[in-house]
Amino acid sequence: MPGLAPLKLLLALALGGALSLAAAGPSPAPPGLLSKTGLYADMATKRVDPKNLSYSPQYPLWSDGAHKRRWVYLPAGRRIDAARQDDWVFPVGTRFWKEFTFDTRVETRYIEKVRPGAWRFATYVWNADESDALLAPERGLKNNHDLGDGIRHDIPGVLDCRTCHEGQGSEVILGFSALQLSPDRDAMAPHAETLEPGMITLTTLVSQNRIAAASPTWRDTPPRIAAETPRARAALGYLHGNCGGCHRAGDTLASVGMFLRHSLATTTADDEPGMVTTSGAPSKYAVPGVVGEPTYRIKAGDPDRSALVFRMSSRNPLTQMPPLGTKLVDRDALALIKQWIRDDLK
Amino acid sequence: MRVSRMSVLIVAVCSLAAVASRAADPPKADPRQVKRGEYMVSVMGCDDCHTNKDMGPDGPELDMKHRLSGHLEAMVMPPAPALPTGPWAIVVAPTLTAWHGPWGTSFTRNLTPDKETGLGDWTEQNFIDTIRTGRRLGKGRVLLPPMPIPAFKNLTDEDLKAIFAYLRTLPAVKNKVPEPLPPGAPADTPARAQVQAAAK
Repeated sequence: MPGLAPLKLLLALALGGALSLAAAGPSPAPPGLLSKTGLYADMATKRVDPKNLSYSPQYPLWSDGAHKRRWVYLPAGRRIDAARQDDWVFPVGTRFWKEFTFDTRVETRYIEKVRPGAWRFATYVWNADESDALLAPERGLKNNHDLGDGIRHDIPGVLDCRTCHEGQGSEVILGFSALQLSPDRDAMAPHAETLEPGMITLTTLVSQNRIAAASPTWRDTPPRIAAETPRARAALGYLHGNCGGCHRAGDTLASVGMFLRHSLATTTADDEPGMVTTSGAPSKYAVPGVVGEPTYRIKAGDPDRSALVFRMSSRNPLTQMPPLGTKLVDRDALALIKQWIRDDLK
Repeated sequence: MRVSRMSVLIVAVCSLAAVASRAADPPKADPRQVKRGEYMVSVMGCDDCHTNKDMGPDGPELDMKHRLSGHLEAMVMPPAPALPTGPWAIVVAPTLTAWHGPWGTSFTRNLTPDKETGLGDWTEQNFIDTIRTGRRLGKGRVLLPPMPIPAFKNLTDEDLKAIFAYLRTLPAVKNKVPEPLPPGAPADTPARAQVQAAAK
């Protein structure tokens, strides 16, 4: 029937358009300016929009001594799904920002969940007068900011972000979890940050009903790492925050068999993965001074012959752990880890 | 005929062992996939760098006893010679398994399924992630020249899986390849010490 032809054409175009949208891979490019990402209510005064929640992980990631501030936006009426207690699933539209300051504001990193299972990564480089920050090139910017002594900070590229943040079977967000937001904060955590007024914790998220399937124990017994000593707790927490993003069971590096990520299912010190899979565990990595004898990830009592310590103490890109993101050794944490291995592990 | 209790026990134990053995065996590789992988490995020239060479009457020949096991740990390399400033920038061992250039010194890796020194612990996804990202296991250190990651990262998942499936069929060769050295690394480094100890 000729009269239907235009309708059919219209339907075809509509369906084709809908299909192309559904099949679209990459999301639209992030805004070109930080001021357009929704972080600030007033860019001139740097007043953060109150709908963005400030937080601080108790075991922060070492970033060459940068002072960092973090915010999260959770879409109104939507909740974090904590059915998998160690792997929260965030609603579409969730956004995270992390600001890095050395002597000045240098960059603000941005992660946005654009659709189920798909996140967008970007970072914004602050201009000289800090009036705004510009979207960095996708490949990042090497040697962008002077840290002193000839060392310069790199602005990461998107692939760098994905290296740490993407894995198998897990959401991409690091540092925002039941343990990291627990109000039972570890005072010995290296570079422990002050919980400032207004910052959210696990307790506030639960109280405000922002978490679905929250454990009934979280409110009264907030999570903490079980350990024999406060120093061990701090050491294991550091490894969780700085290494556990990659070194975790059930993910890309599961085949390595070294798990430094704390699981809420672990309730005793003896079962802590950061202990079980390191102390006395053979390492395939060559450690200086260890020749003609087995190498261990951690050799109890002997930090200088432990592969983990060797790699933590190196910033050679071929050797260092973590493999990217820093150019300076975390000396405070290294001292803690060495003391833990030397004095607490038998 | 009376069946003794011992006979029943023996049969039961053997049956359980057989079931356990089948459960522990990895799934058999698809022969077509392995064949595809063999073809890919041959045309991509993996042996060129990842297999040691012996000098034969007609020049270098592939050392098939150590096929695709990378730079031999017994082959201790002296410090690379310093080149004068100019367009010549890279030196390489005659085996093509040790390379030195502006990036430092790299040694080709053991691709056999040896658990301790090769890819025995790797999953198929580890292999794909490594080639696709140019980082070891997709998250670790970057793979160094001359590994042609800019080209190989374009391989399809199907082809990478085939290559990995073929590599799994190779004889496992125990060969601990030295760790790479950064530019300007001193002569006696952990890697050299390790290699020298293994060579004794």
